[in-house]
Amino acid sequence: MLQQYGGLGVYLILSIIFPFVIVIVALILGPKRPNPGKLTTYECGLDTQGPTWVQFKINYFLYALIFVVFDVETVFLYPWAVRFQALGTFAFIEMLIFIAILVIGLWYAWKEGALEWM
Amino acid sequence: MSQAIVFGVLAAIVLGFGLAMVLSKNLVHSAIYMAVTFIGVAGIYLNLSAGFLAAMQILVYVGAISVLMVFGVMLTRRGDIAASNIFNRYKLTGGLMALALFVILGRLIFTSSWNLSSFAVPEDTVSLIADLMMTDFVIPFETAALLLLVALVGAIMVAKGVKNTR
Repeated sequence: MLQQYGGLGVYLILSIIFPFVIVIVALILGPKRPNPGKLTTYECGLDTQGPTWVQFKINYFLYALIFVVFDVETVFLYPWAVRFQALGTFAFIEMLIFIAILVIGLWYAWKEGALEWM
Repeated sequence: MSQAIVFGVLAAIVLGFGLAMVLSKNLVHSAIYMAVTFIGVAGIYLNLSAGFLAAMQILVYVGAISVLMVFGVMLTRRGDIAASNIFNRYKLTGGLMALALFVILGRLIFTSSWNLSSFAVPEDTVSLIADLMMTDFVIPFETAALLLLVALVGAIMVAKGVKNTR
């Protein structure tokens, strides 16, 4: 197990350390000219008005919901893709049916305007 | 031996970040701590040679559930995000509940007999799952697609409301 996933562990540790290294290097090398404007909340370059934590519209939540459904679809795609060569045509047709059923869902979401940004 | 060390480190991560999640006063921080807890659980699955389960844990829980949590936090109306975790107040009650659950589960764990499988741990779990899913369990597999479709349509209906076209 350790030999198999050791690389993964090293990758994880390096990716945790890397952002700290970048921030520390920037602290050492970068010029320091602080002013109050640099400490304000960044919002497309404009000054923010009122509290920055506001309630979002429910429409944004729909993206997350649709994402979750297709994320779960990936769960089924992954083992099929691993064994694609050995499984053959029958499994390919099964997967086509599986995806076709979910495309109906995508079509419904599209029709209802869930994918429109507003 | 090395497996026990890995388990210890992972269990410490899971418990530590789980506590941080419950005790944090900021809901966004709680969501991030929860994602780290899920990654720790995925590590425990890897330690048990369940690679597929670990990948699913990362994909579904760390990816999807955490996104849902953060979106849920964004959608909620509240005054100050720094004091948004309202259940934070019930420390004593929550602690007692957790202790009761701990006692019950601990009793069950110590009284049950653990039968070990005589089979060796399979090298490649993903291929085995794929073969079974595409041959013996075709119907449940396609039913899962229908279930996902129902979930998707239901979610859109709940969020957008049913249109009256009559």
